[in-house]
Amino acid sequence: MLRWLPENISLEGLEIDYLFYVSYYLTAVTFVLVAAAMVAFLILYRSRPGVRAKYTHGNTTLEIIWTVVPAVILLVFIFMSQASWARLKLNPPANPDLRVEVTAKQFNWIVRYPGPDGKFGTPDDVTLDNQLNVPVNKQVLITLKGEDVIHSFFIPQARMKQDVVPGREIPLWFTLTKPGKYEIPCAELCGFGHSGMKGEVVVHTPESYQAWVEKTWAAKKPAQ
Amino acid sequence: MSDSTAAAATHDAHIHHEGGFWTTYVFSTDHKTIAKQFLWLGLLMMVLGGVFALMFRWQLAWPETPVWGFGWVSEESNNMPTGIITPNFYNMLVTMHATIMVFAVVMPILVGCFGNFLIPLMIGARDMAFPTLNMLSFWVAVVGGAIMLAGFFVEGGHAASGWTAYAPLSTVEKYTGVGWGQNLWAISLFVLSISSLMGSINYITTLINMRTQGMNWFRLPLVIWSLFVTAILALLALPVLSAATALMIFDRVFGTTFFNPAQGGEPLLWQHLFWYFGHPEVYILILPGMGIASDLLSVFSRKPIFGYRAMVYAMLAIAFLSWIVWGHHMFQSGMNPALGSAFMMTTLVIAIPSAIKTFNWLGTLWGGSIRFTLPMLHGLAFVILFVIGGLSGIFMAANVVDIFIHDTYFIVAHFHYVIFGGSMFAIFGGIAYWFPKMFGHRMDEALGKVHFWLTFIFFNLAFFPMHILGVGGSMRRIYNPMQYDFLKDLQPMNIFITLSALALGLGQIPFVFNFLASLFRWNARWFRLLAQAATAFVCGFIAYRAVAVGLEGVTGAEPATMGGRTFAGVVFLVVFALIFRYLARNMGELGARAPQNPWNAITLEWVAPTPPPHGNFGAALPVVRRGPYEYSAPGEEDDWAPQTKPLPAQAAAAAH
Repeated sequence: MLRWLPENISLEGLEIDYLFYVSYYLTAVTFVLVAAAMVAFLILYRSRPGVRAKYTHGNTTLEIIWTVVPAVILLVFIFMSQASWARLKLNPPANPDLRVEVTAKQFNWIVRYPGPDGKFGTPDDVTLDNQLNVPVNKQVLITLKGEDVIHSFFIPQARMKQDVVPGREIPLWFTLTKPGKYEIPCAELCGFGHSGMKGEVVVHTPESYQAWVEKTWAAKKPAQ
Repeated sequence: MSDSTAAAATHDAHIHHEGGFWTTYVFSTDHKTIAKQFLWLGLLMMVLGGVFALMFRWQLAWPETPVWGFGWVSEESNNMPTGIITPNFYNMLVTMHATIMVFAVVMPILVGCFGNFLIPLMIGARDMAFPTLNMLSFWVAVVGGAIMLAGFFVEGGHAASGWTAYAPLSTVEKYTGVGWGQNLWAISLFVLSISSLMGSINYITTLINMRTQGMNWFRLPLVIWSLFVTAILALLALPVLSAATALMIFDRVFGTTFFNPAQGGEPLLWQHLFWYFGHPEVYILILPGMGIASDLLSVFSRKPIFGYRAMVYAMLAIAFLSWIVWGHHMFQSGMNPALGSAFMMTTLVIAIPSAIKTFNWLGTLWGGSIRFTLPMLHGLAFVILFVIGGLSGIFMAANVVDIFIHDTYFIVAHFHYVIFGGSMFAIFGGIAYWFPKMFGHRMDEALGKVHFWLTFIFFNLAFFPMHILGVGGSMRRIYNPMQYDFLKDLQPMNIFITLSALALGLGQIPFVFNFLASLFRWNARWFRLLAQAATAFVCGFIAYRAVAVGLEGVTGAEPATMGGRTFAGVVFLVVFALIFRYLARNMGELGARAPQNPWNAITLEWVAPTPPPHGNFGAALPVVRRGPYEYSAPGEEDDWAPQTKPLPAQAAAAAH
């Protein structure tokens, strides 16, 4: 089933996919064991003339075993996930390679780049519609803002998703590892234009990123 | 106990009171009649909710094509010009499908019907503690339902912000263009919560105060325990929904800004309120199903339930824990991620009591003498489908994995496995099992089994692939998946799901025949032939379409060009003939008189006449002398005896 996962293009995706596989094997094994037991019992203990059912009310030892074993397995699973959650969502990076601001509105993403001075709200900011440009293998920190309703910024191939809530500024960070163009769908129902609300993230090689920066800020120079 | 005897004495005096048409059939205060009223409400709304799903499934498989059967709609329609669903109408269909299924189908049937019918009968009482309040709880629900239906007829259409109605999409009119529709949605839920509260007060009071002599807490059937716990959850959770919907109405109609950030409000407040209600709500939806499954498995394995006390404690644990997991619906919501860590832990802990219950169901089957009756089939389906649904929950309980699968079809697959695979199969099983008791007639076993297999097979074919869609990143509530490059390869899966869903819908036709014909005893030979032919036709048609579409998929060529249609037609005829033959040989008289205890079941409701009269038990209330699951007790000739008979000494010694 997991072969249907989109190709992974982020460092964060490695952690998410790893836990996805752990969940998958854990649940698949459990399901097979339970289903096999059930089918076996249905065949072995189907009603036959002259054979009476066993008169038993249970077994306390078994109850303890099948309470403790799942509890231990789930506890281990909790600890495995905690470290990843901290890295992916709990602790925003202090010094990302690139900062970007994305404002969600019905029905597009407004992407604001701080420009060479690295600060938002200065004249060298550039705002693009639905176009996120990032260099490959660099950590990007996005500040998500919303103008109207709740949207959700989602890059399937990067596995990362974060709801955008108006009135809040929510950080989202990731490092994309493969050049190319990928869609940024909205993943939270936001009105009649929710379907088809999508942006594009262009992951540049170092050269093409350099070229893009020059081209974009070259246009700004006469304004200064 | 003297209370119930006194009540019984005064009631005996009234047992033969005359009622006109209105007090007997409409404003009845008899719990059994109210139960049937809830059943009709739920079954009728199930058709509406199901049709909505089939409509938007059509749109997903064949985007922006006219939905079959709706081509007559005019071009000027706002909703379906020339039969093509618009994005706004799509959002409304999705919203109302879920709202109707949760509030107008599963809750009325599991809690309203089975709760009302079974509680007094299984505890040995003559009626509920507050019969008039009971009658009101149904009619308030009808008012709530009417308000809900009214929303379809107002300008701007019905609510279209999802059944979860996240603010500010749902609280500011300009964001959806929906006006009074959303207001009516909120008011309707407010009214439905009142109905629910009335029911909860009644059930809890009745169970605490009106159990008959000898019916101590640990002699109650698990279905009653489940309804008791459900009633407590409803008592505490529905007021939160009332508060949330009230705040929504205030924001929408009276200009308050509880959820509007531009004026100091907080959108996430809606989510916290909704899910603080919403999570206990989903346990309200599943717990009665678990209770029904436990009863069915025990009766039809002819064995006591394995680990009765563990089952009770597990239900109590689930109920208690259900209050501290709601944030798992909000992992990616923008709330403080530290909360995400906390909620993940509590969510994985709540998996443990469900696992305990599953193992105990397996333990009940082990060593049994299993009869594959119609109710048992549904009970077994409940167990295995609930396991699948529960296991898929593990993925989303892991907050890290949830980053990817939140708001995708993986979630949709999960909740349909637990609500349809779980609650709905429990509903069908409960109806198959208690129909004779309720109505005095039997449902047909053969027609019922055809319905079961069609439902089981096509439910799995429709919903299992949704896990795959979710793994592929397919978002929820998307009107046209073809708008996304990364989803294009998944589109065949969407078509497969829609075809399976259509087959699932058709597969409910045998149930409709069975239910109505058994109830109204439509036993004319021509009608039985019609039912057999129609059911066989459904099966043959599904087989024909499966072969035709399959051939097209596999060979890529038009079926007609390679005799595909002929081949599919032959398959149709063979399947039709086999099903028709099976039904002709095995269908009995529709709606035959049911014996008092067709299942040789121990619990108290089978001690009452079939169907039970007003007052349930005749002159004297039963006295309970054994537990509810003492099947195959040693020292007894039969493998059962009613709860009013004491256990033989041999068994009492062996029982541990």
